[in-house]
Amino acid sequence: MSLSYIPNTYSDRTAMLREIGVNSVQELFQDIPEKFRHVDIRLPPAMSEPELIEEIRHLAALNLNLNEYTCFLGAGSYRHFIPSVIGHLIGRSEFYTAYTPYQAEISQGTLQAMYDYQSLICQLTGMEVSNAGLYDGSTAASEAALMACRITHRKRVAVLKTVNPGYIEVLGTYIRGHDDSLDKIEPQSRSLTSDYSCLIVQQPNFFGYFEDLNLYVQAAHDIGALLIVIVDPISLGMFKPPGEYGADIVVAEGQSLGNPTNFGGPGLGIFVCRRDYLRQMPGRIVSRTTDMSGEAGYVLTLQTREQHIRRERATSNICTNESLVALAAAIYLAALGKTGLRHVAELCYHKAHYAASEINKLKRFRLVFEAPFFKEFVVRCPISPSEVNKILFAEKIIGGLDISHMIEDSTLLCVTELNTKKQIDKLVHILRRL
Amino acid sequence: MRMKDSNTLPDISRKGRIGCNLPKLDINPSALPAEDLIRGELELPEVSEGQLVRYFTLLSRYNYGIDNGLYPLGSCTMKYNPKWHEDVARLPGFTWLHPYQPLESVQGALQIMYELQEYLAEITGFKITSLAPMAGAQGELASMLMVKAYFESRGEKKRRRILLPDSSHGTNPASAAMCQFEVHMLRSDHEGDLSLESLDALMNDEVAALVLTMPNTLGLFDPKVDKIVQLVHERGGLVCGDGANFNALLGQTTFGDLGFDCVQVNLHKTFSTPHGSGGPGSGPVCVNSILADFMPSPLVTRCDGRYTFVSPAKTIGRLGVFYGNFNVLIKAYAYIRSLGTEGLKEISENAVINANYIREKLKDYYHLPYDRICMHEVVFSGDKQKKNVRTLDIAKRLIDYGFHPPTIYFPLIVDEALMIEPTETESKETLDAFINAMIEIAKEADEKPEFLHEAPYCAPLRRLNEAKAARDPDFCWKISSQ
Repeated sequence: MSLSYIPNTYSDRTAMLREIGVNSVQELFQDIPEKFRHVDIRLPPAMSEPELIEEIRHLAALNLNLNEYTCFLGAGSYRHFIPSVIGHLIGRSEFYTAYTPYQAEISQGTLQAMYDYQSLICQLTGMEVSNAGLYDGSTAASEAALMACRITHRKRVAVLKTVNPGYIEVLGTYIRGHDDSLDKIEPQSRSLTSDYSCLIVQQPNFFGYFEDLNLYVQAAHDIGALLIVIVDPISLGMFKPPGEYGADIVVAEGQSLGNPTNFGGPGLGIFVCRRDYLRQMPGRIVSRTTDMSGEAGYVLTLQTREQHIRRERATSNICTNESLVALAAAIYLAALGKTGLRHVAELCYHKAHYAASEINKLKRFRLVFEAPFFKEFVVRCPISPSEVNKILFAEKIIGGLDISHMIEDSTLLCVTELNTKKQIDKLVHILRRL
Repeated sequence: MRMKDSNTLPDISRKGRIGCNLPKLDINPSALPAEDLIRGELELPEVSEGQLVRYFTLLSRYNYGIDNGLYPLGSCTMKYNPKWHEDVARLPGFTWLHPYQPLESVQGALQIMYELQEYLAEITGFKITSLAPMAGAQGELASMLMVKAYFESRGEKKRRRILLPDSSHGTNPASAAMCQFEVHMLRSDHEGDLSLESLDALMNDEVAALVLTMPNTLGLFDPKVDKIVQLVHERGGLVCGDGANFNALLGQTTFGDLGFDCVQVNLHKTFSTPHGSGGPGSGPVCVNSILADFMPSPLVTRCDGRYTFVSPAKTIGRLGVFYGNFNVLIKAYAYIRSLGTEGLKEISENAVINANYIREKLKDYYHLPYDRICMHEVVFSGDKQKKNVRTLDIAKRLIDYGFHPPTIYFPLIVDEALMIEPTETESKETLDAFINAMIEIAKEADEKPEFLHEAPYCAPLRRLNEAKAARDPDFCWKISSQ
């Protein structure tokens, strides 16, 4: 058979095998014991490019996507506007078909873009140093907790109960794996003791509302623990960044910065901290330097923290920095810039508040919390939220996240700059009939 | 293309520019919350759309990807990434799915995940696959967490050690350490295989598992694999595969048939999903029935013709909030469907032929520490050249000849290592050109070594000062108020 991915022809192969000094390709596999060489692998028969494109298009068409349905669902994965330039630029194959930039002299594009990414993320969060990215927000939070344990030489981690429950699950996987312990703490709790390495807070929290970060910075620092803040990066266009409150480590899910929801992955783990903790950071870090003729350039640096040098004493096992997703985030922040990001955040804020206030006017629905919020809020429904969502779905609307297992009969709604007034009015109109 | 021409983002920023058009607010604004929640100035660059495109397009031209040429980074499997995979992965029916939208509305996505789980289980010879790990290293971590949970469930808490060969990837010890395992190193023998004596001496009832890369990082398949696996199993341990080098074995044998208990596969290596300058990748983990209950959550299952998520009985938990790097999975799915079983065999055969061809053609010029048939990659040593130039100089000089350098100084057990993995997607002509360049460089190392010390000469920049970066790091620009 002949495969378009393989350039060697039959005669190439024959010539090469002769040069190698073997009679058949099978001789090259002679180190695999004969008894293991007769495997039965059952796969569908190979198909051609046009046949497969047709079949995979069909599978895509079985899904209902957010361009066709109105979306009021968030909870950690968000539909924000993506400027067209991002797809064109990250689609340049010099970016997407390169490896991690180990050979700096021919990887300056990636390295300078990652330096831009680090710079933009530092500006956005008000923190001193950023790495070049981790897997996603939840693993960034987990790495932050492990880093706090290393810095403080303590083995307990406290997380506020208002943090995204999915993040708490992932924290549990990583922290239990490392034989440390994870405790869920009530908001405003006074139960922090001086054996905790850190306190993890989400701002705005899972329910969309602002926490009193001043209080938690104080509470963590009083016991010599670090404050780790999980943020919504879009909210920072408008709201005070955690760096200004005195946070020690800030993490975030970076998907909303120029990336589609992609059924949850890939994401981007944003990770920034105070400069004091630099040498305990996980992941790749890019630094500006010079070449031998004095020209400015960029390299991966502080690699003695990393697994390929330090092995079992590394700060993490991570190799990837989700580079292409980080590149999209950098282009997004540069495209929107100083005024654009603030504008997007304000659109989210005002539209979400309009939706919340219109829903709160309905007789049978009410807002569960009165605190300030950004783009998400919790609504108590007269019938089960899953029933509400079915009714909305029939009207081509994807409703909020059913959180009735956390708060009775409640749904977590999300409104972004892409939700029009017309869509919000339609949502309210349907709810009014319930 | 010299780097001199480039600006930085702050250089092209001017007050009043913007790179995209946003809608106006179409409702009355609401009251703002308390002043102390609101941000003061946000200092981001201000650039126009066209400037932004030129800036990043110029940056892309300072990069080298697999589309630019040979990329023989050992253990990284830099193979060509078929273009139509990108097209199908960018269909809005995949990119614009919310992870929490109703399962009825994502059945096509779940079908791809379910079938990919099945295919990977077949290809690795295991029972079940979890697609949750977002990278190879996270797949390794999943294996370590499962091993730990397995022995805890059996009350064998004293099994706190992991054995690794001295040729192993750095992620292996680092992943073990994240689970608080003690790492013990096994020696390699003079053939480049695992020393059975070393294994026999260290394999006791405190060892949880042996982690083995097959073929190993020298590109060699250990013919004693059955004895190794048997010895570990007899003494109550598990054997975990590191599938980083699985490209060599595709369709030839499976980790399950070899007697392993689990393996992680790197879709961005073996299954041709692009590396993206360092991610996103994907590192699904495949296991036998012993570890099946401990798999990371969630798995996709099929019930009455409908696909849904399930969580294994004793799961180690979630490795991320959602379901793994879904968009990457589509490309691996496309790759497997376009190859079938016979196609997979063609891949490994051509990968192995290409590596052996380079081995044979270069062994008179560079020291070959393990002179035997290799699999998908070959490791030379810069020993012969060491008196004049270092392996780093050889690697940098290759850039001037138009090639990406191989992996260098790894594996650690080879002095001045040059680890070359051509992959099956390179033609004989390309390999010949690379071989000629390597031979030329060997001559240059003899005749004008000083010249190599300062290579490269034709890259966007000259050799970079890494020591300066480590001593006096500069991680970000600052924009001051304009």
